[in-house]
Amino acid sequence: MLLTMIDNGKRVRFLKVNAGRGLQTRLASMGLYPGVELEVISNNPHGPFIVDVNGSRLILGKGMAHKIVVQ
Amino acid sequence: MQQKSLTIALAGNPNSGKTTLFNNITGTRQKVGNWPGVTVEKKEGIIHKHGYNLKIIDLPGTYSLTPFSIEEIVARNFILEECPDVVIDIIDSSNLERSLYLATQLRELDCCKVLFALNMADLARSRGIQIDADKLSELLDVPVVFTIGNKNQGIDILLKKAIELGESNAVVPQSRRVKYSQDIEHSIAQLQNFIEEKKNNIFLYNTRWAAIKLLEDDKIIKERILQKVGNSGHEILQQAQLQRKYLIDRFNDDPEIVMTDERYGFIVGIIKEVMTTSTRQRVDISRNIDLILTNRFLGFPIFIFFIWAMFQMTFSLGAYPMQWIDSGINLFSASLDGLLPNSLLKNLLLDGIVAGVGSVIIFLPNILILFFCIAIFEDTGYMARAAFLMDKIMHLIGLHGKSFIPMLMGFGCNVPAIMATRTLESEKDRILTILITPFMSCSAKLPIYIILAGTFFSAKAGTVIFAIYFIGILTAILSGRLFRSTLLKGVDAPFVMELPPYRVPMIKSLLIHMWDRSKMFLKKMGGVILIGSIIIWTLSAFPRNITYSTDYESQIKKVKANYLTEFTTGNENTKDSIEKKRDAAISKILMAQKAEKIEKSYMGKIGKAFEPLFSPIGIDWRGSVALLSGFVAKEIVVSTLGILYATEAEVESDALKKALLASNMTSSAALSMMVFVILYLPCLATVSTIRRETGSLKWTLFSMGYSTLIAWGVAFLIYQGCRMMGLG
Repeated sequence: MLLTMIDNGKRVRFLKVNAGRGLQTRLASMGLYPGVELEVISNNPHGPFIVDVNGSRLILGKGMAHKIVVQ
Repeated sequence: MQQKSLTIALAGNPNSGKTTLFNNITGTRQKVGNWPGVTVEKKEGIIHKHGYNLKIIDLPGTYSLTPFSIEEIVARNFILEECPDVVIDIIDSSNLERSLYLATQLRELDCCKVLFALNMADLARSRGIQIDADKLSELLDVPVVFTIGNKNQGIDILLKKAIELGESNAVVPQSRRVKYSQDIEHSIAQLQNFIEEKKNNIFLYNTRWAAIKLLEDDKIIKERILQKVGNSGHEILQQAQLQRKYLIDRFNDDPEIVMTDERYGFIVGIIKEVMTTSTRQRVDISRNIDLILTNRFLGFPIFIFFIWAMFQMTFSLGAYPMQWIDSGINLFSASLDGLLPNSLLKNLLLDGIVAGVGSVIIFLPNILILFFCIAIFEDTGYMARAAFLMDKIMHLIGLHGKSFIPMLMGFGCNVPAIMATRTLESEKDRILTILITPFMSCSAKLPIYIILAGTFFSAKAGTVIFAIYFIGILTAILSGRLFRSTLLKGVDAPFVMELPPYRVPMIKSLLIHMWDRSKMFLKKMGGVILIGSIIIWTLSAFPRNITYSTDYESQIKKVKANYLTEFTTGNENTKDSIEKKRDAAISKILMAQKAEKIEKSYMGKIGKAFEPLFSPIGIDWRGSVALLSGFVAKEIVVSTLGILYATEAEVESDALKKALLASNMTSSAALSMMVFVILYLPCLATVSTIRRETGSLKWTLFSMGYSTLIAWGVAFLIYQGCRMMGLG
């Protein structure tokens, strides 16, 4: 499933991001690595995503959220 | 006895409380400079503690030692090449997992002694997280100290441990670091052996670390090896490529991604041993605040309210101290006037320096309040929310929310704002943001609006200034849109950014910020503004002997004679009013004389030469000179106006306002001038920052030319439009 399909408040497991290795390692350094659990805090049609990963919250742009595969 | 010295570097994730800790350790004994070659701010402070001179360096906050942004390169290079005695890694206890990612990379470097500061442990505890520091210390073989940066706890022990560590000659333990899977370890070992063979004893780095970085295809390390190791460097890189290819075949993925995953595997293992999370979930205050502040309906209006409140405070709260400084300056110049005999020096002091520097220095309170508000936005963590809220609007320009942070900082000063674009990953986004940030009106331009709007639109000054700012923002958006679809085409770069927890801003750090700003402002007053004022006064005071178009002396005599007859014939009651009338008539003549004198000075000649360019937008030669001088620093615009409109020995507040009203400047001309000021040519400091940050003369010249053309065009439309509508 894509991250964009997840409703507010749901917890999911981050699987991968369909992007170049630069972005993949970048996300990993910020705590988003394959297998980590995250909670969708804000998914609304107007504006970017907010997710909670281990207590820190990350803003993810719409374009980015479309590339993230979760379970 | 000579004191021993140690260099201690502070490393850590952004928002790990690193800067707070640094501020608490060093206090005001800080020196802010730049890292060599780049404009990232380098902060260091020297303190004396436990018999040592400790040089503390605040490295830029980074998530990893893989160089994504300039900050990360700076941090890594410092550790690798300057070899500080001790590196303190500040670990955010409430997000141990991510903090340990950087920590394991630091350990992997194997080139310096590392100490962990488990920071914000109180916050972690309130979230039900317990960390076994002894176990962590044992597992990674690194000393660990608990600190609470904002409460100043644990800092003494931290420094003591750092000194102990720095003085111990224990070698960095080789064990207890990330072990990769067999295939990768095999490749690392092979490459490491190869490097050992070829390095000719001049290798820069720990060979295992270099092998890992080469497998990760780290461009900077590759370049450095080629530079330093020469011919055999090529062989090393070739060997690395072979190993990389082998691993890509083996894992069907890039080695760096596999290694990242394995590092996290290692970290998760450690976390299981050292961290216990109680199920009892406390309320997360930040999350609750965010429910309101980033709410899809409420968030934006609240944000607009904050911005409005910021400017409201700047103007209304600033008005009081402004009056005090103003009366102080008046007192000063009045006493100077009384003390000094009439001479050229007195003229220079009163009409040049006091009129020039004095007219700007009264705006210090406004500027400080504005910076104070921006510092509060930054320190509380609201800045990141602003980026979130503005994301949608920024998409209109083809940028994302992160680009809004430099723009918001631009309200304070464009120089740090343009430097803040460093955090943007995409080069095109950076250039685009740099090009539009100068349209955000900086605090140095504020005095110009206050003077002009206050003089010509007294009751509606606030609305007019708001409209001016709005024109700036609108120009930024439209220009951004234009550039994105022409010069800087490209897709939106990925947007990822941390939303830090809200923090109560620390008075100390706000005060340090204020202090820095005031110092910078006063330095500017004593430096460039003072020199500029002297130059402008000199140009306006010379040549001394000019031939006037009319004989002012005889005019004055005639007036005196006229009133004398009236005076003698009039009765006692009207004498006072007659005397007043006479003085007014005389001062009118004197002002006309002074005006002609300045008009015929060198300054007047320069202004007149440029007047044809500015007259279509309603600006006379004095305004032209003021705007030209504004290239040096925007504050000088007001200084110049202060000098050019200064009236002979008239010591009273609002002198400039009165002089402006008495001149032939109209309100539409004032409006046009304000619009021109917000949009035109950035100041010298900003231009040189643009040059450094874009690394391109072409973009710098483009920015200068584009902004000035736009400024002229918009000012022209506004001036001519106002005149057509019959506004003066």
